[in-house]
Amino acid sequence: MPIKSYLAHPQEGQKEVLMEALSKIDNCEVIPAENKNLLIVVTDTESQTDDEKVKGSIEAIESLKLLAMVSGFNTPKNN
Amino acid sequence: MQNSLTSRRNFLKKMAAAAAMTAAASMFPGIIFASEQEANLPKGANLDWKKGPCRFCGVGCGILVGVDQGKAVAVKGDPNCEVNKGLLCVKGYHQIMCTQAKDRLTHALVKKNGRYVQTPIDEALDLVANKMKETITKHGKDSVAMYTSGQSTIPEGYVASKLMKGAIGTNNLDCNARLCMASAVAGFLTTFGADEPMGCYEDIDHADYFITWGNNMAEMHPVLFSRMLEQKNRRGAKIIDFATRTTRSSTASNKSILFEPQTDLAVANAICYEIINNGWVNKSFVENHVNFSKGLTNMGYGLEDKFKFSDKPTKIDFESYKKFLEDYTPEKVAKYSKVSVKDIKYLAAIYGDPNKKVVSYWCMGMNQHTRGTWINNLVYNIHLLTGKISQPGNGPFSLTGQPSACGTAREVGTFTHKLPKGVVTNEKHRRLAAKIWNVPYENIPAKPTYHATEMFRAVDRGDIKFIWTQVTNPLVSLPKTSRYRPGMEKESCFVVVSDVFPTPTSDVADVILPASWHIEKSGLYGNSERRTQHWDKMVDGPGETTPDAWMTIEVAKRMGYGDLFPYSEENHVEEIYNEYRQFHEGAKHGMAPLEVLKEESGAIWPYVDGKSTQWRFNAKYDPACSNDKDFHFYGKPDGKAVIWQRPYEPAAESPDTEYPFWLNTGRVIEHWHTGSMTRRIPVLHKAMPAAYVEFHPDDAKKLGVRNGEKIKVSSRRGSCILPASINERGLPTRGQVFVPFFDENMLINDVTLDAFCPISKEPDYKKCAVKVEKA
Ligand code: SF4
Repeated sequence: MPIKSYLAHPQEGQKEVLMEALSKIDNCEVIPAENKNLLIVVTDTESQTDDEKVKGSIEAIESLKLLAMVSGFNTPKNN
Repeated sequence: MQNSLTSRRNFLKKMAAAAAMTAAASMFPGIIFASEQEANLPKGANLDWKKGPCRFCGVGCGILVGVDQGKAVAVKGDPNCEVNKGLLCVKGYHQIMCTQAKDRLTHALVKKNGRYVQTPIDEALDLVANKMKETITKHGKDSVAMYTSGQSTIPEGYVASKLMKGAIGTNNLDCNARLCMASAVAGFLTTFGADEPMGCYEDIDHADYFITWGNNMAEMHPVLFSRMLEQKNRRGAKIIDFATRTTRSSTASNKSILFEPQTDLAVANAICYEIINNGWVNKSFVENHVNFSKGLTNMGYGLEDKFKFSDKPTKIDFESYKKFLEDYTPEKVAKYSKVSVKDIKYLAAIYGDPNKKVVSYWCMGMNQHTRGTWINNLVYNIHLLTGKISQPGNGPFSLTGQPSACGTAREVGTFTHKLPKGVVTNEKHRRLAAKIWNVPYENIPAKPTYHATEMFRAVDRGDIKFIWTQVTNPLVSLPKTSRYRPGMEKESCFVVVSDVFPTPTSDVADVILPASWHIEKSGLYGNSERRTQHWDKMVDGPGETTPDAWMTIEVAKRMGYGDLFPYSEENHVEEIYNEYRQFHEGAKHGMAPLEVLKEESGAIWPYVDGKSTQWRFNAKYDPACSNDKDFHFYGKPDGKAVIWQRPYEPAAESPDTEYPFWLNTGRVIEHWHTGSMTRRIPVLHKAMPAAYVEFHPDDAKKLGVRNGEKIKVSSRRGSCILPASINERGLPTRGQVFVPFFDENMLINDVTLDAFCPISKEPDYKKCAVKVEKA
């Protein structure tokens, strides 16, 4: 039952488009930054397979430049 | 969001989002996620946003608290506050959630036959007052003590000082800022004759270089670090991290330079050697504004009870200072500091370049040091030799840890030797305090008594028979708690603890008083940049929770000092602040009127003619300069600052064959100090649920230690078992382990040493010798 968070960097000028595309993906929550070109994505899926599927769908979005999983907090100690 | 999610999954998601926000903040300084700030708002809520400072660190970010039907439901950064311009760190965003903790102290508890019994607050305050009076009658004034905090509000600190020093007539008042800022104070007083930094946070917008000395700002002063990163990205300002451990700050900096613990003293001298040797001294600045002095050496480490030391300054000349520095050539210092000659010269060249503006930042690494006063002096030496001081973007800047370490501990003066203005040893200062307090001058004793460590030693010895702690948790935060916990448990001392939540300190109390939390009372704090910040009470606290200042006043009245404490319950904060302001009247420390503080997100003192003074001692900005020169260090009688000749001396305890590792202790971004608040905030607790012991991977490999494995860390004082952490949050140098101190279930301060700087009396939590073994 993985819960993951990512920083999603949109292509130049595509923040709104990316936001829109991400909102259509199930099990995926988006928090846009107010003042910077960045979105936070939190995924919440039932299985590893679903998790990979969701990640695949996000990565397929054209307005996405880079998807970076957040590390640091996300260590074994934090689970 | 799916409806079927359990609350646990919600927590995990919030935690994941918080983690991403923290990561985003270090990549995009100034980033704001307003939708998240307002995500928890009830639908259709008509929020009243109330301003105040953040409860937690000394950065002093402005917050806006959203109140709906008498309940605080949201926090966001105050965009009008110059400190943070709308930004907050992960602790700031989530702060109000601790008030919902189930184990909140809501009523007074009195220990009867070994059990805590809920007691009406009036009755508990009667008991505290009677006990204090009775102890004084039986054993004298110096048998009672108060131990307060850099998190106490200005009015709380003020009434504690007035009660102890003015009314009762004992200097048995000290505070936890002794554990974090005392070396900074001693450094400022010895070098400049006036406490607190000369610059302000706006320096960040002007500096070309930021050199951080033993200071992990990315975690401890995150919003300021964000502001620095913004300047790095925007205009190429450079951050140089000089430390004993690789941290999030190191990785975000342009360069990280590691040194062997304690050798910062030698490296600072080597930088000065280089500055002089290369002709980089700002001669006219030094001639006009600087004297040279030396003090005693081999001062000891304060390890024995009743340790005494007073420095004896002697004036020296530039030539003898230059001669002294010959022992600190980069080549000599590189041998034991493990900083390369090249890096020492690199640092010196930055400071020495007249066209580069440099700010030095430091906090606990330099202050919690058995030579804390010296290392503060030595960094000032660098700035004074080069004249890089008191100008936008140029200056030494000692950061505070606690939200009002400056405003309360240092300015109100809740240390044994201090008064709201000046020190108890100075007759003029005692006379002023007596006049404003309306007490006979003879009431205020001229001699300081116990500093924090010595106060708890006196409790252990049985010399102090009554102690009242407020807004602090010494049995987690003192060094060598393995001695002071049993000391506090002794029958010989009656212990009163005021707090918001139960802690290991309240566990040993005879009376527990339920304190109001931050926004449940009005108050004032003073942050690192001399900014005084006011807030009005925003919500009611539960049960019989009461502001600490009001509890002190109630006890004072019950002890017969009612005439000296004529404040009203509704307006006591305002009345106390107006009384206190009289101490600082004048151009050197004038404080903003309350009306201004109510309107604005703080004002920086000296506040003169309706204006904050951003750079002290510089005639261009500071109206108190009166020597007709460009700079005036008016804290010293001759208007000149002092360059101190201070040598390198070893730590009180260094690794040996039996205890072969250095132990370094500190904080993490998620938790506020001893964790009593932040461990009750689910998002933060989940993000960092327990302490750990960090290893360098080479040491872990040599010892066969795996991540998460239970490790026993022992010293000559005690031991503590924690899971190993390898290549996670931070990376200590080889031969060093690091443990954060926020976790009351893993008391690393049972292991630390209570050695302190003989001048400032601040303990060194960064260096003692330990062994590590699998538990
Ligand atoms: S940086 Fe400090 S003052 Fe600012 S939000 Fe974080 S804890 Fe609060």
